[in-house]
Amino acid sequence: MAKTLAEKILSENSGTDARAGEIVVARVGLAFAQDGTGPLTVRQFEAGGFTHLSNPERTILFLDHAAPSPKRELSNDHVLLRSFAREKGAVLSDIGDGVCHQIVAESFAIPGQVVVGADSHTVTGGAVGAFATGMGSTDIAIAMALGKTWLLVPETVKIIIEGSFVKGVYAKDLILHLIGELDADGATYDALEFSGSTVRQMNMSERFTIANMAVETGAKVGLFASDGVTREYLDACGRGEEYCPLQPDEGAVYKRCIKIDAGSLAPTISKPHTVDNTAPVTDLIGTKIDQVFIGTCTNGRLDDLAIVAGILKDNKRHPDTRLIVAPASKGVFQDAMDEGYIQVLVRAGAAIMPPGCAACVGVHQGVLADGETCLSTANRNFKGRMGNPNSFIYLGSPATAAVSAIKGEITDPRDFL
Amino acid sequence: MLKGRVFKLGDDISTDHIIPGRFFHLRSNVPELARHTLEDVAPNLVLDVKQGDFIVAGRNFGLGSSREHAPLVIKTVGIGAVLVESVARIFFRNAINIGLPVLICDTENIDAEDELIIDMAKGTIEDVTKGFHLEFNKFPGVMIEILGEGGLLPYIKKHGDFVVSV
Ligand code: SF4
Repeated sequence: MAKTLAEKILSENSGTDARAGEIVVARVGLAFAQDGTGPLTVRQFEAGGFTHLSNPERTILFLDHAAPSPKRELSNDHVLLRSFAREKGAVLSDIGDGVCHQIVAESFAIPGQVVVGADSHTVTGGAVGAFATGMGSTDIAIAMALGKTWLLVPETVKIIIEGSFVKGVYAKDLILHLIGELDADGATYDALEFSGSTVRQMNMSERFTIANMAVETGAKVGLFASDGVTREYLDACGRGEEYCPLQPDEGAVYKRCIKIDAGSLAPTISKPHTVDNTAPVTDLIGTKIDQVFIGTCTNGRLDDLAIVAGILKDNKRHPDTRLIVAPASKGVFQDAMDEGYIQVLVRAGAAIMPPGCAACVGVHQGVLADGETCLSTANRNFKGRMGNPNSFIYLGSPATAAVSAIKGEITDPRDFL
Repeated sequence: MLKGRVFKLGDDISTDHIIPGRFFHLRSNVPELARHTLEDVAPNLVLDVKQGDFIVAGRNFGLGSSREHAPLVIKTVGIGAVLVESVARIFFRNAINIGLPVLICDTENIDAEDELIIDMAKGTIEDVTKGFHLEFNKFPGVMIEILGEGGLLPYIKKHGDFVVSV
């Protein structure tokens, strides 16, 4: 019988003929945790009486959320994770290396594998055709120990995207628009599968941005076929041999199909305090912004920084608007320096953070004051997300963020390009 | 049988509401972390909760991050079960893994301060204050077994593996 991408990958990794609605025990190809979820993962691993990792080279501990540590409690958590990685032979990604999902994308995610991470944005790996999904610490501890996990094979919602973006509209606007259409629970437990001519032409950066935010619809995974673009990306990352092609079968059964005309989309913003509270940027022109934050696992890649540097070249941030930029990984940071983007950003008045999550989750490097407003390229704007429940977070594309930093208020990037 | 009193919350209670990122540094100190449970949406909960009380909420409870600390602090403050219209996937899985029942049912007519009696085996909820009965949705079999053992660690310790009939 014809299968969706999710059914194909879970069949392959469970040795069964997996259909939506069934429960399988699947082989885990990669398991990871970060510094917020990792300490509990380590403690649960030890409480379970486990001594060995099932696959140490495919087990990773990331220090990215509090990086470098702003508090002694977190410094102690980092010590715990470093010594666990050393003792068990796991991979350690230390402070300054970057955000877990970006490093998984660059160096670890393999098409057709099951990837589990103790972080909800693990779905980012769906962009390379991995069944990548987030879980909690105990699930990940067991996956690290046994090399497997149980999964309910999800039904799939097919998202078909045709047409070309107009100037000033990007993959971020598309996924924000889709979340607004579906609502924050519109695809709970489902897989999203992205297809159509627009998707086939998207570069990996765009695919990562879209897959990353699949979880904001409640979805378990946001999958892309593995194709020539995937192959080129893996080649460029120095692991071309890990490429394998992967397509859904003709005639696979979908829960529903949603068609999007990319050409009809406008720059889109999520307003406080939910991601599905979306509006076209034109509704919000003139909203004063105290801080612009550009980075994260959603939009901290080289292509994003290229767009931002292109806009900020020969411009300065508004004197009343702070600009914080965090490259998603050390590789992105280095490439952005080689391309001259970092110099442009610094000249424009940006404060550059080390690669990592930076201001995204309210731990450090850009906590908002009472009543302040931030325009961020991240994926979440929940009340209190950036460290203060009395502040307001708007989400948008890197281009919208860059032009708004110049003007000090929400601005339509189409007026600049 | 679970018996307790209701704390009522609305729709879309995210993991950032349940335990905000500004307490990130307390994650290795769960008793201290738990003192901030739902602080920004229901500041009275931590002060008034008694062992075995219930949280009753609307749609998409627990959306957001994968932090297992979210169900963990709810359990730590003494909540015996969470009753919701619908629940986000990772929160649901995490709650069952640490032995906190999350029951999906029609919560509309349950109000703050109502007394409830829940029969986990029968799958029924009695609102003693208002005098009506409800049923909650069945879980996938593997989740019933994990919850039955008190969580994923005791389940794996007992079976040594996942014993899912496929
Ligand atoms: S950048 Fe933000 S969303 Fe991404 S992993 Fe870090 S905290 Fe989570």
